[in-house]
Amino acid sequence: MKRSAVRAWYLVHKWTSLVCTLFLLMLCLTGLPLIFHDEIEGALGGPPPLAGPASSSTAPGLLPLDAMLGRALAERPGEVPLYMAFDNESPLLTVTTGPAPDAPESQMTLMLFDRTNGRLVAPPGEEGIMEFLLQLHTDLFLGLPGMLFLGAMGVLFVAALVSGVVLYAPFMRKLDFGTLRTGRSRRLKWLDWHNLLGITALAWMTVVGATGIINALATPLVDNWRNGALAEMTGLETGAAPLSPSRYGSLDKAMASARAALPGNDPQFIAFPGGSYSSGHHYAVFFQGDTPLTKRLLTPALIDAETGRLTDVRPMPLSMKALQLSQPLHFGDYGGLPLKLLWAALTLFTIVVLGSGVYLWLGRRHAPLSMRLAEVTSGGRIEPAPSPAE
Amino acid sequence: MIRSTFALPAILALLSLAGLVSALTGDGWRDFVSWAVLSMPLLATVWAVARRSSRKDQSK
Repeated sequence: MKRSAVRAWYLVHKWTSLVCTLFLLMLCLTGLPLIFHDEIEGALGGPPPLAGPASSSTAPGLLPLDAMLGRALAERPGEVPLYMAFDNESPLLTVTTGPAPDAPESQMTLMLFDRTNGRLVAPPGEEGIMEFLLQLHTDLFLGLPGMLFLGAMGVLFVAALVSGVVLYAPFMRKLDFGTLRTGRSRRLKWLDWHNLLGITALAWMTVVGATGIINALATPLVDNWRNGALAEMTGLETGAAPLSPSRYGSLDKAMASARAALPGNDPQFIAFPGGSYSSGHHYAVFFQGDTPLTKRLLTPALIDAETGRLTDVRPMPLSMKALQLSQPLHFGDYGGLPLKLLWAALTLFTIVVLGSGVYLWLGRRHAPLSMRLAEVTSGGRIEPAPSPAE
Repeated sequence: MIRSTFALPAILALLSLAGLVSALTGDGWRDFVSWAVLSMPLLATVWAVARRSSRKDQSK
């Protein structure tokens, strides 16, 4: 590689890394406990697992959806339903309510019910430490601007990975894979660790970084789907007055119409009219397949909320499929506990790469650029001069 | 040792990607495949650490 090329890639690597490192460290540290979200909540005294038929099924012994919704609205008088979500393993069912059909997430209330007896399993509105970590991880408590900002940090992270791989070539030219020189200087030791962990976990870091960027774009992607494909399905003009909640018809009738259109599938959730995932006039029932892959690729059935008649069923457009598949690939929650443990280990790798990167930069940030480039092209055999502060 | 700079990293990357997709497409053996191949980056690191200690002794 030419000297000028090494110089350019070195500067790209330095600046993209420096700008995103602090945020990436925060994302790693909050992401680490989030991997074990379910396990931690279970240990902190979450609702006990319920035995019985899956709430997403049509098994006998399950109460009608209208009855479940009635129970939920009785808990939150004056509110309207926003979402109802099902479970494939237990009779657990969640209902989300809010003061208005288009209420923001901060005003939503989530309740857990047992669909075999209609009992409230977990009372509404408990915001634990996991909720706090998730919010920090997703948007820094800043809403959409926060999400987009972290998405931009993700773009810098991916750029840092690419430039890091390019610099790996001149650095490792005369070195074996896995070279770890720990007997010489501390700087050389961390330089070798930085390279080793960075290159071994490269594919994982790239996938988690890239899917993080897509997840950060969730709001615009969903808006785009709602204004495009969904509006086309409903045939409604944008800006049509929404249906008043008092005129919502039977949920069980709507669910029966939806099931008839997608036999053999089970619903994952119902979006009520007026929210991000439906029109102002429809119940949108999202169906899932039965493999870990198709479970994520939801198919919406739109039912006229007033009459209970099916309006349309269509697979999601590519952009929404990309978003749905980005979620498991980012969270690592789709392959059992061993996969989660590997996810945690690779997150630790990332933390070491970030930390060693900062250490390497701090140690020689006042050294002349030519010396720092010589360090890269000599595989660390030439070290840049120490900074005057040392 | 393989002299090519990118041969082993490329194999590790391809295995990792296969592992990430494998568990997505089904349960059971596909999960096992994903656990096995996604362990490779960790095993490569353990191997590098083990190799380092023996080399250090040699150089002294």
